[in-house]
Amino acid sequence: MEIPEERLRWIYERMVTIRRFEDRVAQEFAAGKLPGFVHLYAGEEAIAVGVCAHLTDRDYITSTHRGHGHCIAKGVDVRSMMAELFGRSTGACKGKGGSMHIADVDKGMLGANGIVGGGPPLACGAGLMAKVKSTDQVAACFFGDGAAEQGTTHEAMNLAAIWKLPVVFVCENNLYAESTPWTYHCAASDIASRAAAYDMPGVLVDGADVFAVYEAAGEAITRARRGEGPSLLECRGFRYYGHFQGDAVTYRTKEEEEEYRRRDPIERFRKTVLSQGLLTEDELNAIDEAVAREIEQAVRFAEASPLPSPEECLTDVYVDYPVAQLAFRH
Amino acid sequence: MVVATRVISYREALNEAIRLEMRRDPAVVIMGEDIAGGAGIGHVENVGAWGGVLGVTKSLVSEFGRQRVLDTPISEAGFIGAAVGAAVTGLRPIAELMFVDFFGVCMDQIFNQGAKLRYMFGGKAKVPLVIRTMIGAGFGAAGQHSGSHYAVFTHMPGLKTVAPATPYDAKGLLIAAIRDDDPVIFFEHKLLYDTTGEVPEEEYVIPLGKADVKRAGSDVTVVAIARMVHVALEAAARLAGEGIDVEVIDLRTLSPLDEEAILESLAKTRRLVVVDEDNPRCSVAADIAALAVDRGFDYLDAPVKMVTAPHTPVPFSPSMEQFYIPSPQRVINAIREVI
Ligand SMILES: Cc1ncc(C[n+]2csc(CCOP(=O)(O)OP(=O)(O)O)c2C)c(N)n1
Ligand SMILES: [Mg+2]
Repeated sequence: MEIPEERLRWIYERMVTIRRFEDRVAQEFAAGKLPGFVHLYAGEEAIAVGVCAHLTDRDYITSTHRGHGHCIAKGVDVRSMMAELFGRSTGACKGKGGSMHIADVDKGMLGANGIVGGGPPLACGAGLMAKVKSTDQVAACFFGDGAAEQGTTHEAMNLAAIWKLPVVFVCENNLYAESTPWTYHCAASDIASRAAAYDMPGVLVDGADVFAVYEAAGEAITRARRGEGPSLLECRGFRYYGHFQGDAVTYRTKEEEEEYRRRDPIERFRKTVLSQGLLTEDELNAIDEAVAREIEQAVRFAEASPLPSPEECLTDVYVDYPVAQLAFRH
Repeated sequence: MVVATRVISYREALNEAIRLEMRRDPAVVIMGEDIAGGAGIGHVENVGAWGGVLGVTKSLVSEFGRQRVLDTPISEAGFIGAAVGAAVTGLRPIAELMFVDFFGVCMDQIFNQGAKLRYMFGGKAKVPLVIRTMIGAGFGAAGQHSGSHYAVFTHMPGLKTVAPATPYDAKGLLIAAIRDDDPVIFFEHKLLYDTTGEVPEEEYVIPLGKADVKRAGSDVTVVAIARMVHVALEAAARLAGEGIDVEVIDLRTLSPLDEEAILESLAKTRRLVVVDEDNPRCSVAADIAALAVDRGFDYLDAPVKMVTAPHTPVPFSPSMEQFYIPSPQRVINAIREVI
């Protein structure tokens, strides 16, 4: 599948943004500046970006606890994301959600999700909306290998299939659910073949190869837009960091991690576009620099932003419930 | 009471309770996500990789093996339900539902199966099951990892609900829960895991359904749950300087409820403040306030006050989260209103 030059640049810029964002978040977290906990997406950039390269702001995605990459690929403002992680009032969710709940409905980003398996039914809902309203919108549903074992994921795939919903299920098989290897938690030898149970196409893709993801996602999304129903992609990849920051990662070996580094999605992209003369080294470096500046500005913006007022806690529970009744009496 | 000589953490006390019961009774098994960790990975197969997300079940797998310490897929409806089925048929499972907020995924298996089977079968089944789960705000873990929600389970006939506040209580109550023949939901507050206290090395049982007076006093009764017991004790300590003598009752078990302990204290102090980190509507706090009004009305010299979280999910940012969690100051304010 031919990728227009403009898209190629976008793909690189988004992948690098995710990587730099996550590396920076790791630093800020280690410095004790971020409340709560964070799950980082570094290493998996090609999946979110390869899929979202086919989507517009009108299309929807659902995400996971490891959601920063999906947000960036879907065009959520990086400054508002960083401010959210810092718990500031300028954050994407005004500081109410944090890492696991970053959302931007106007950008079609239906939220990172703290519940494993929470997203797939929501994606069916977005697909149902598009079908009922006869639009050509689609919903892409990102979920982990661990989430593949939730009942909700199976129910959602069946529902999407019987209603022929424009949903693309994207399983990010990064080989582990927390410390549990997928070869333990999954009875089958791949997740893609589960598509057969729901009579939909299922494809196994190299999740560290953005060209492969782009191509497979393109077919699935085109099919969904044409009203031909859902598909399942299993993108095999890896996460560089631990399950969350603080995970000692005793379950992986050094050799395994070195092997990941050899397959780095960003390095591979660079090699491919340079060797095929699609983009120049100068162009790529210029993007690197611009991204570095953007991330730096995002952190400055976050740090300069105020914390929410404590009473802000009481807003946004309902559209129209009196705030006084939400408050405690003492 | 056994003389305690050793100081350990709430986390270690829980681990020890499970370990002792697994030694004592081969029917006790434990299951949950990454409770050992690293299943099927050669170098960690026998020792585990995680020992639970916050380390409560660490090294159980080394002693009892993977046959009795079962890592599960992320399939809460499946494995919580399997624990119910195993309990009915002869095991005594301990299932870990990592964060209580995840109950939504598996509620049918708890609510319609575990809680009701015995009753619907005309008393011809027992469900000796413990579901351990983490509660509480204060970790910056936001709306889907910070709830308390024990009121939801306390509401359900058939379930027993327990929420220990100290390492000593954690051990004795967990042993009691494992030996109990009914399904027990056992709530562990995530901010208490690192707290320490004296805990005897041997096994002991703290009976379910018995509250504990954590501080005796004569001017006002403060009933509190889990971490809020410590918040109440701090408020009591601060007021003691002013000559206000606060009695702090740690409920320990939410269902069955120790009504007599509350009423007895009320008869003495004639004033009641309830401190509950859960949301206020249809809460344990409201339940206790109702008990005071219903059965203790004649004792009361002042309105009953509830110090709770607001009727909102738990916010992420620390500025809002600290506002959300009941503080010693809010407890003090409530006490001043009734004194
Ligand atoms: C319903 C539910 N169960 C358990 C968890 C705890 N948890 C968070 S992430 C995770 C592992 C998810 O694995 P996977 O789906 O493979 O995603 P990955 O972390 O590898 O991206 C678990 C068990 C949760 N958040 N929600
Ligand atoms: Mg995974």
